Amino acid sequence: MLITKPESILEAVPPAIEFIGLTKKFGSLLANDNVSFAIRAGTIHGIVGENGAGKSTLMSALFGLYKPDAGEIRLNGKQVSIKSPSAAIARGVGMVHQHFMLVDRLTALQNVIVGSEGRFWLGGRISACREKVTAIQRRYGLAFPLDATIRSLPVGVQQRVEIVKSLYRGAEILILDEPTSVLTPDEAKGLFHVFRSLAAEGKTIILITHKLQEVLEVTDNVTVLRQGRCIVTTPTNSVTRASLAEMMVGRKVGRISDVRAPATCDVRIRVRDLAFRDPSGTARVSGLSFDVHGGEILGVAGVSGNGQTELLSMLAGLVGPSDGSIQLGSLTVTPNQPASPIKVRASGVAHVPEDRLRHGLVPKWSALENSVLGLQRSGKVAGLGNWIVRSKVAEWCRELMIAHDVRPPDPHRPIRVFSGGNQQKLVIGRELALDPEIILVGQPTRGVDIGAIESIHRKLLAQRQAGKAILLVSVELEEVMDLSDRILVMFEGRSMGELLRDEFDERVIGLMMAGSQRDSAIKQIGGGEG
Amino acid sequence: MRRMSTVVGGVLAAFINIFIAVALGGILILAVGEDPIAALDVVLQGAFGSLDGLSYTLHYATNFIFAGLAVAIAAQANQFNIGGEGQAYLGGLGVTLLCFAMPGFPWYVALPFAIVAAMAFGAIWVAVPAYMVARRGSHLVITTIMFNFLASLLMIYLIVNQFREAGSMIPASAAISPSLELLRFDQILAAVGVQVPESPLNVTILVALVCCVLVTYLVWHTRWGYELRAVGANSEAAAFAGIPVNRVIIQAICISGGLAGLIGVNEIMGAQHRLMLDFAFGYGFTGIAVALIGANHPAGIIPASILFGALYQGGASLSFLFPSVSRDVVIVLQGLVILFAGGLVHVLRPLATSAVEAVLVRMGMAGERI
Repeated sequence: MLITKPESILEAVPPAIEFIGLTKKFGSLLANDNVSFAIRAGTIHGIVGENGAGKSTLMSALFGLYKPDAGEIRLNGKQVSIKSPSAAIARGVGMVHQHFMLVDRLTALQNVIVGSEGRFWLGGRISACREKVTAIQRRYGLAFPLDATIRSLPVGVQQRVEIVKSLYRGAEILILDEPTSVLTPDEAKGLFHVFRSLAAEGKTIILITHKLQEVLEVTDNVTVLRQGRCIVTTPTNSVTRASLAEMMVGRKVGRISDVRAPATCDVRIRVRDLAFRDPSGTARVSGLSFDVHGGEILGVAGVSGNGQTELLSMLAGLVGPSDGSIQLGSLTVTPNQPASPIKVRASGVAHVPEDRLRHGLVPKWSALENSVLGLQRSGKVAGLGNWIVRSKVAEWCRELMIAHDVRPPDPHRPIRVFSGGNQQKLVIGRELALDPEIILVGQPTRGVDIGAIESIHRKLLAQRQAGKAILLVSVELEEVMDLSDRILVMFEGRSMGELLRDEFDERVIGLMMAGSQRDSAIKQIGGGEG
Repeated sequence: MRRMSTVVGGVLAAFINIFIAVALGGILILAVGEDPIAALDVVLQGAFGSLDGLSYTLHYATNFIFAGLAVAIAAQANQFNIGGEGQAYLGGLGVTLLCFAMPGFPWYVALPFAIVAAMAFGAIWVAVPAYMVARRGSHLVITTIMFNFLASLLMIYLIVNQFREAGSMIPASAAISPSLELLRFDQILAAVGVQVPESPLNVTILVALVCCVLVTYLVWHTRWGYELRAVGANSEAAAFAGIPVNRVIIQAICISGGLAGLIGVNEIMGAQHRLMLDFAFGYGFTGIAVALIGANHPAGIIPASILFGALYQGGASLSFLFPSVSRDVVIVLQGLVILFAGGLVHVLRPLATSAVEAVLVRMGMAGERI
């Protein structure tokens, strides 16, 4: 969808956005280092980079969340100083955050107009607003029911509400932060379609993503950031997936090897007719049955929010099932026989939680204290009995950090100043230190840089080779397909069926993620192959 | 181990806050028509100027140490025990009952039992709110403050109807036997030949200092303390790590109640020698300010307790010597210190910390730990 225009015309029209020498420091860290590039009006512009490359900082400067230390931002050729998000909105900059900023209990329409009602008394103005919103919806193909409450809408639809919210406020520039992380492949295609119609109307779209495929598919131009510096800004048709990855990481990126030994026969996790209802009575998981054997990785795919989190919570003993049973090694869990994280851990289960900063780590602690969280009663750490001998635990932590390549290997450093990848390596190393037979892994590489992804994947495969049973929950389809022996696809808390490794097909899985049963999805694609 | 900038910044912020409070207090003194410098002199002289004044200051500080430790250990579990007063009151009941059960015993035999009784009564009194907060999701601030009222009414009933001596009009119990009265520092000094007027400072201050050491070890050097801090810093991660969050919260709050209960030992066996109405009045709330200024650490709680002890004692001299400074003005002065050094402590601390950090960076000492 790249519209090529004669260069001479482009010279005449100032770019929609121009960053000139933008620099932002956090303490000694240069988050943005003299970043300069321009984005033309009416284009879709991708910004890619690893975690910590400075994408978010740059966009936060544009959206008025941070004040840059040096450099300037120009909108349509005019230098501007954007002091707050409301100032950004007033200048026509809209942002759709990765985590939506919507009020759950209000309706879609109320969410769109909240904050820009105009006057104290709403009076008859609602109907005028409704007309305006409907017009925007029709113009860009962004359908959603105006009077449904947000919490009754699926995430993909909530995202449309967010986009319309920005357009309603007169956004000419729309920033989207990882917008496809909550979408099925089909929904993502629909979103890209919306991008194109927006661009055709002259809106400028900035797409922040780490999925290179999307960049190649939908953007006109792409900027690569690495360690705060702008590496290149170039038309998308001049790059390939491999060249983008190389520019992002700064070196060649290898794919992990694919040597597979057959799984051992014994079943380590057996789940039968599992169901979970949340306190409001809504079924989050229902009728779920599967087995995981030793020496096998079972991948659970699905759009986030389709019951995977609840499944992991039940397996980890954090919540009890409403129905059905779980067998973890020798431990049986039923509604009448609830487990606890203590019992589950004692039966040789390790758990790498989905959200490491909320559930896996204590952010204000040092690496040392975090490195033994969950191990404090395992007896595996020297110096950690009823009394804690800090120097011995520090020694243990340092060894763990070296063994798992956590950099820098300084046990006294606060955990929050480590990169996401290093935090995750510490969490995984810590969990593996329990020498578990069963490993529950949620989103192992969320917010993790490419180099660390590779090392985490190798570790999980090594555990599989060592005969451990691994349940892997991830919204990254590529990751699930790379690592799993079997994939189970969840949709609205139910299993849409399982696929064996030779049946893996992104399109089939995509259909199953959107609610097709396995067999009908395979039939629809045509035999599941090719 | 904490970062040097955090520690130095915290201390700096505390001093600036106290300075601001003192300056505002000076303006207040000026407004009632007295000389603020002279008033400050009276407060300092009253609190530290004589062995007599100093011992009163330290006696009050003993109570504040217990109250501050109580708030601090609950705060480590991210719980706000605001009911130290009620727990102290009940702790006093435990001590009184024990004293009546052990008449004629020497104080050093009774003291360990009294400590156990005071802690048990304080802990049991807070156990119900602790259970409700951990298992039923009620709010500790609300329940403990309501339990303060319950404690007050219960004690009025017990003192007036049960403990009051026949024929006495004073709402207080009978005196405990003289042998149970704790050794006072004026007695110790008299034994080595230094004559000072009688004051209530007694061996309980040693108990308080031992508690500071024990709390430090418990919280920062034991597995239980590790689990406690995990629960307080990130209860969800603690649950994922297999820590019994609710149990740890209940345990922490009960230890907190027990520490508050120890005020009863100091007041009943050490000072008043009988159970009096409202003997614990105000200590629980001042304990919150003490813990705040002391950054929930015993090393900070001890100086903060001495500060408030000095304010209690020095304030008393102030209203005694300056006729236009009434008791109420002294309470306002104490309120100012609580407001600035306690309530606003988090306003200045980040600023002071980053200022110190900047200085350390200049000196090339950033990231040093002490």
